[in-house]
Amino acid sequence: MSEHISIIIKAMFIENLALSFFLGMCTFLAVSKNVKTAIGLGIAVIAIQSITVPANNLIYRYFLKDGALAWAGIPDSNLEFLGLISYIGVIAAMVQILEMTLDKYFPALYSALGIFLPLITVNCAILGGSLFMVERDYTFIQSIEFGVGSGLGWAMAIAALAGIREKLKYADVPPGLRGLGATFMIVGLMAMAFMAFGGIQL
Amino acid sequence: MAKVKTTDVLFDPVVKNNPIALQVLGICSALAVTTKLDTTLTMCVAVIFVVAFSNLAVSSIRTFIPSSVRIIVQMTIIASLVIIVDQFLKAFAFEASKQMSVFVGLIITNCIVMGRAEGFAMKNPPFISFLDGIGNGLGYSFILLAVGAVRELFGSGKLLGYTVLSNDYYQNNGLMLLAPSAFFLIGMIIWIIRTFRPDQIEEA
Repeated sequence: MSEHISIIIKAMFIENLALSFFLGMCTFLAVSKNVKTAIGLGIAVIAIQSITVPANNLIYRYFLKDGALAWAGIPDSNLEFLGLISYIGVIAAMVQILEMTLDKYFPALYSALGIFLPLITVNCAILGGSLFMVERDYTFIQSIEFGVGSGLGWAMAIAALAGIREKLKYADVPPGLRGLGATFMIVGLMAMAFMAFGGIQL
Repeated sequence: MAKVKTTDVLFDPVVKNNPIALQVLGICSALAVTTKLDTTLTMCVAVIFVVAFSNLAVSSIRTFIPSSVRIIVQMTIIASLVIIVDQFLKAFAFEASKQMSVFVGLIITNCIVMGRAEGFAMKNPPFISFLDGIGNGLGYSFILLAVGAVRELFGSGKLLGYTVLSNDYYQNNGLMLLAPSAFFLIGMIIWIIRTFRPDQIEEA
């Protein structure tokens, strides 16, 4: 049990996708102006991340990996070079499916997330999650945990940044640093704070 | 449409309309590769290649793409180009590709590539789009190389692997090799650019 929890905790804090791997920075910086939208986007990322990472894990293990097509009678196939294109395809398709499902069954949530859903396709955190999953050779169960954990970590980071930026309205920032510049500095400080988790052994 | 000047298209994105500093594009896959100058250089070349050729390809078929599926079409073009880069690096520069690990793949979701394909190449003829791709790639490289140079110089006292600041009189600053320093450096660069170009200052 403990090793399962440790993957989640590790993905959330120690190897936080946003703050220690700089993934999903574009949306991270652009959509963190207020807490409400940031949380909406965070939830969407958690949902997509926990679906696509396991889905890509199955695709990798049953289609692409060296010798993975043995069940289809082609034992010496290696389609790993098709990895990138299949992962991004899966992500785009999943986003589309989630969008349609939400639209039909949960219209309230759909209108709340609205424009953020299509944006997620080009969010590097999602593709990054899948690529890390392949690189670290997670099993199916581990990939579910990693997906949920990394999604949660990203959502937490963007919500925290949005909170800080809301308070920043009252600060007197030097003109050249206003907006983007100050945001970079804040993210830097947050990343430093998150490094405090680095020493934890799980 | 107003006549677009070739040199403007090529050099505007470097300082005046920098993709990282002003358009907030492409920060995602960039920062983690800037701890050393040579990986940074590889990344820059890869990105310039992908942006330029995806712009060229998207722009040459722009009249045939139905607008409802254009994102998928662009994605596929970009992903194919990135696969070429990835395979090329694995074959000829295995060390570099090992160090960059997942970040080569992440060029796909680099918003610069997507943003330029969608924002420029869909509306302009192939040649000028190709130049726009190179220009934006250069603007991106400019910031990346600046960050990479500072981080390697102060973090390990070297430039491109050659010792510049010797350990005899210089104590390496370990913070420069860690994630947060990249954010501070880019924040500083933005500050400097905006001090000289006050029109870019945002209303907070």
